[in-house]
Amino acid sequence: MKYLDEFSNPDLAKRLIEEIHAVTTRPWAIMEVCGGQTHSIIRHGIDQLLPDEIEMIHGPGCPVCVTPLEIIDRALAIAARPDVIFCSFGDMLRVPGSDRDLFRIKSEGGDVRVVYSPLDALKLARENPDREVVFFGIGFETTAPANAMTVYQAKRLGITNFSLLVSHVLVPPAVAAIMESPTCRVQAFLAAGHVCSVMGTHEYPPLTDKYKVPIVVTGFEPLDILEGIRRTVLQLESGRHELENAYPRAVVADGNQAAMQMLNDVFEVTDRAWRGIGMIPGSGWRLSHAYADFDAEKRFAVTDIHTEESSLCRSGEVLQGLIKPHECEAFGRECTPRNPLGATMVSSEGACAAYYLYRRLDMVQAVGG
Amino acid sequence: MAEATWIGPIPDPMPGPAPAAIDMDSWVCPAPLRDSPAIVMGHGGGGAMSAELIEHLFLPAFGSAAQAEMGDSAVVEVGGARLAFSTDSFVVKPMFFPGGSIGDLAVNGTVNDLAMAGAVPMVLSTAFILEEGTALSEIGKIAEAVGAAARTAGVKLVTGDTKVVDSGSGDGVYINTAGIGIIPDGVDIRPERAEPGDLVIVSGDIGVHGIAVMSCREGLEFGTTIASDCAALHGLVAAMLATGADLHVLRDPTRGGVAASLNEIAKSAKVGVTLVERDLPIPQTVRDACGLLGLDPLYVANEGKLLAIVSPEDAEQVLAAMRQHELGREARVIGACGTEHPGMLVTRTTLGGTRVVDLPIGEQLPRIC
Repeated sequence: MKYLDEFSNPDLAKRLIEEIHAVTTRPWAIMEVCGGQTHSIIRHGIDQLLPDEIEMIHGPGCPVCVTPLEIIDRALAIAARPDVIFCSFGDMLRVPGSDRDLFRIKSEGGDVRVVYSPLDALKLARENPDREVVFFGIGFETTAPANAMTVYQAKRLGITNFSLLVSHVLVPPAVAAIMESPTCRVQAFLAAGHVCSVMGTHEYPPLTDKYKVPIVVTGFEPLDILEGIRRTVLQLESGRHELENAYPRAVVADGNQAAMQMLNDVFEVTDRAWRGIGMIPGSGWRLSHAYADFDAEKRFAVTDIHTEESSLCRSGEVLQGLIKPHECEAFGRECTPRNPLGATMVSSEGACAAYYLYRRLDMVQAVGG
Repeated sequence: MAEATWIGPIPDPMPGPAPAAIDMDSWVCPAPLRDSPAIVMGHGGGGAMSAELIEHLFLPAFGSAAQAEMGDSAVVEVGGARLAFSTDSFVVKPMFFPGGSIGDLAVNGTVNDLAMAGAVPMVLSTAFILEEGTALSEIGKIAEAVGAAARTAGVKLVTGDTKVVDSGSGDGVYINTAGIGIIPDGVDIRPERAEPGDLVIVSGDIGVHGIAVMSCREGLEFGTTIASDCAALHGLVAAMLATGADLHVLRDPTRGGVAASLNEIAKSAKVGVTLVERDLPIPQTVRDACGLLGLDPLYVANEGKLLAIVSPEDAEQVLAAMRQHELGREARVIGACGTEHPGMLVTRTTLGGTRVVDLPIGEQLPRIC
């Protein structure tokens, strides 16, 4: 596929890796924000090829991982209703709530379906006028425009049996929250390329200025990631802290204006709890007043469901880069992809699952197994 | 807040008839809760959960009556002859897919299970479970496919059964086939025989069948360009055996793909298997579809490919024989067995890193972004 193979070229990758080695003189801790980047780094073994001085910290950019348990429990309560067809992206179906997951709801007779687009859920609503169709709208700025478009279309077409369970989160407030943490170790960020292709880059210069950190907008293929790291290290080594765009084939400074207008109309900024991190002010979206009728939480009266997170799970520290996944006592013992305690072990984009799946060899060797 | 005004042309949100939602009835649960009191889809995924169901429920219940080997075929001695005996059930949806149907699969699946023990397949049983209301024309087409596949494979359909279940209790047609084959003298092919130093050969492109079925199941656009590789492999196996080489292990990497098969071999033989990513024959269409859907081709099902594990001394003549056969033209070495990381499958990435390729828990779920 165009833009996949070209950006995985091993010879070019080797050259970039050599350049990174050549310019690195000191230890640096760099956080890749997006779960897709984490997945790519681990899948291709990129972090093994970097200089020892460079530590990649896996950030909070996996939408499955940061969706709070409370929202999952609300989703389960809605999905269990006999009058509901509950639609979701595939990843969310295996995320355990307090005592079950969406697959369990399905095995108990719930109508739970995986869709690739929220518009598919809208079609289901039109074809099943006697049922309530709910779409689980999670994710960052990347997935939000399609969800906004769906609600917009539902209103325009007068489809009243459709609603959205919204748990959208925003990257820039999370970057600020990480930098505000007194234990923060992050010295630079690879910003999430696809978030920036929607939102543009204007939100980041204030962050580079305030926190004196380089931020490099980075893509997802191996060469994209290596180029992002190379530019980040160059900034760190020369004491600069600027915004750079290393993903220009997908990101323009102004972003996607049509998508942003749709987002502004359908959503409004709200405080959001992040799983493992806690409440971050102004870090999410909810449906705006004009679209409040499509809010599934209100329609099905689940706002009184409140849930505490597991005390064993240290995913919050993992998400903030304070510990590596295998430094958690539960890692690989009580907590595995098969039996996850926290969401970072669930999604293949989650830092813990990525470590478990791809890095067990290092750990086996480390203990002489 | 004012209602959204869409600044571009409004795309038709509902082109076409039914929504392209994935049918959850054929969906395999990837990581359900371990303590589920009921069967969930993951128990049929061919991964860790299926193994647990057999180990913890079936085998204890069968008690001393159980004499099951965990390979694809059992080997039983009858009057001095060694027979391979295998059974398999087919519940694939849709019933027809590019390159084949459930009828082709039902014959070739069991023929291949026998062939992977080195047996010459002789006779098959066919049992049909039909859902009330299914069109006779569909059953007819499937029966034609069963007959044609059996004639091509040179096996006789010697016994059968037909049952009908209430409308809504099945998905049109389920088929079970069981088969018996004769193992030639001197042939001893089983997973435990993989040895350090052995090479891993694959007979051709991987991931084709799974992507072909997925492409029509989910209404994706690449359906016309890729057809299932469904084929009977015993002719290819016969050509390999005719070289006189000592084939240690054969496996057709169906459900769970190459990753599941090699993990099982690694565990059975207590060897470490290492794949070389750049040597994996993955067609561009499969690569693209997997990139789009967020899947790993190593976990995608094949229905007309085999993995062979042979000593390095035998590898060249086996490869030459395979390449003479129409189902093995693209045969190549993709990895090796060793003493490091016993029981595990590891891939050397194109960039030069390594990653563990674990046994799948269930089927892969498309990632969100």
